[in-house]
Amino acid sequence: MREMLPWREPVPLDGTMGEPRARGRFGEYGGRYAPESLVEACREVDEAFREAWADPGFRGALARLLAVHAGRPTPLTPARRLSEALGVQLYLKREDLTHTGSHKINNVLGQALLATRMGRRRLIAETGAGQHGVATATAAALLGLEATVFMGERDIERQALNVFRMRMLGAEVVPVTTGSRTLKDATSEAMRHWVGASGDSHYCIGSVVGPDPYPWMVREFQRIIGDEARGQCAAELRTGVPDYVVACVGGGSNAAGTFAGFADTPARLVGVEAEGGAGAARGRLGVLHGCRSLFLQDGDGQITQAHSIAAGLDYPGVGPEHAHLRDLGRARYVTVTDDEAVGAAVRLARTEGIVPALESAHALAWVIRAAGGGDLSAGSTVLMTLSGRGDKDVSTLKELL
Amino acid sequence: MTNPTLAAGAVERHLRARRDTGRGLLMPYVTGGITPGWTDYLRAFAAAGADAIEVGLPFSDPTLDGVTIQQASETALARGASTRRILADLSGMPDLGVPLVASTYYNLVLHDGPEAFCAALRRAGVGGLIVPDLPVHEADELTDVAAAAGIELVLLATPATPQPRLAEISCRSRGFVYAVSLMGTTGERAALAASAAELTERIRRVTDRPVLLGFGISTPDQAREARRHADGVVVGAAVMRRVLDGAGPDELRAFLATLRQALDQECDRPR
Repeated sequence: MREMLPWREPVPLDGTMGEPRARGRFGEYGGRYAPESLVEACREVDEAFREAWADPGFRGALARLLAVHAGRPTPLTPARRLSEALGVQLYLKREDLTHTGSHKINNVLGQALLATRMGRRRLIAETGAGQHGVATATAAALLGLEATVFMGERDIERQALNVFRMRMLGAEVVPVTTGSRTLKDATSEAMRHWVGASGDSHYCIGSVVGPDPYPWMVREFQRIIGDEARGQCAAELRTGVPDYVVACVGGGSNAAGTFAGFADTPARLVGVEAEGGAGAARGRLGVLHGCRSLFLQDGDGQITQAHSIAAGLDYPGVGPEHAHLRDLGRARYVTVTDDEAVGAAVRLARTEGIVPALESAHALAWVIRAAGGGDLSAGSTVLMTLSGRGDKDVSTLKELL
Repeated sequence: MTNPTLAAGAVERHLRARRDTGRGLLMPYVTGGITPGWTDYLRAFAAAGADAIEVGLPFSDPTLDGVTIQQASETALARGASTRRILADLSGMPDLGVPLVASTYYNLVLHDGPEAFCAALRRAGVGGLIVPDLPVHEADELTDVAAAAGIELVLLATPATPQPRLAEISCRSRGFVYAVSLMGTTGERAALAASAAELTERIRRVTDRPVLLGFGISTPDQAREARRHADGVVVGAAVMRRVLDGAGPDELRAFLATLRQALDQECDRPR
């Protein structure tokens, strides 16, 4: 495809999604660009995560929560009718079937368990579409923690259902009225709040962004998507490994978790961004929210507002590891428009009986376009992560359809 | 041993010299580009007895600032303020006899590249730089470049900073050490935080560089109390709230004069 950089083959050594290099670096990206007030808090999270991740007791407790509370493992669903129409073999990794309806629960259960291990009594979170907020409220209720969720006023308007769910689960939802009143501003406000609350609260970041260790830690908690899918592909696919692995990218957590399971294989990794929030495809080197990565900015270095019909993709940057995978040529980042995403959501609903989240519909929109345009050769096997279900988007879709 | 005064840059030499006369140091803050004639505030600050002036280069996402500075940044950006235009305004000013210290977030430094950014500051007559989201362990990329351009990179210390790290910050900071009085964002507070005294005492143990206390210092009483612990104060939100409410340079000059007087009274007393 013209808009993509060339594939880098074979897999580059630094592109296998292991532990970041010293000082939380993925290539030149990442790091811990936190205000001095938060540096000690980041160090404590880093130390606690390293200990926990090496502790079979922690891993076992998390695996059990994921199984009995979140409903893992999620199935791999062959999209039979759509595959036939597109001339490819499309498989869907069904994160929409998890408890709370999106992949966000994987990361949140991990961080909530870590927070209890660290003796914290409260979770702080930012949310865009509300899925991470709902997941955080859910995990907090489950583990007896308090939850405070920051959400842009504009997102509160368009995701009223999720706001109600969070409140019903006992979380406090704080409207953010500054800037574009979306995810970027909610993240800034959550960070400000953490500065004054780091003593008793854990900041549960919802994507692979933020200061080290968050991009790495969140990817490790989401790795279960890719690890499960890898095993399921090995059992289902004649080739064992799919030709393409596709996921939508806002900050990039479901994509990072999915890619992590396939980074050491020949599978071609494709991240699909919203046309109006394409940090990886069109961002420029910068520092925001604690990490060095790619961000949309104007000629003066001010961060510009992202625009997407999918609130979860409405972020002007991308996680540092995605920036690194892009530079290496290990993953490609492409964009689709709002209209393409809505079209894809309808098509999946009518061919497979699945209403996807508008975020996930972006990934599908690229598969549809690439299959039609010849970028996916006939008969290719494609694994696509269906990151969430579309219930939250019904009112948005109702106005459009 | 090197004489610290000789090794220090212009901002630090100026602050040390003022401190050595027994004077409590005052560094007011203004968001660059906040009003059409915003540089008049700098003249008013100097006339009110400021020992240094902090000029904020507004950024779209000020993650360490409370509501007042956020609002000031948004207002300035909406007026079309940018690093380039603010520095051009500063270049056109006569020397105030008071060092200028720029403050901004690291994205704006990276956008131009550290070398070009520091060179532009220098050309505009700025002597120091504060970057609140550039902690000491990430600062290598900027420290040498800033020093080569004659820009003193001021580092921040907070109540959560452990002692060995505090020593490193105090050692690598230039100009002065910025002591963040509390665990929170910028903004006015009802009282000086209790953590301020302990922090400044811990910094003093490891350096004789000037120590300025900032965050939440908004009244003469708070300035007087801060002066008991630190060499001086940074006053930002209390200034910018007045500017946002429409106060002109003369009113700010009168307000800062009350802080100046409080600091001078405190230094008359035995410490």
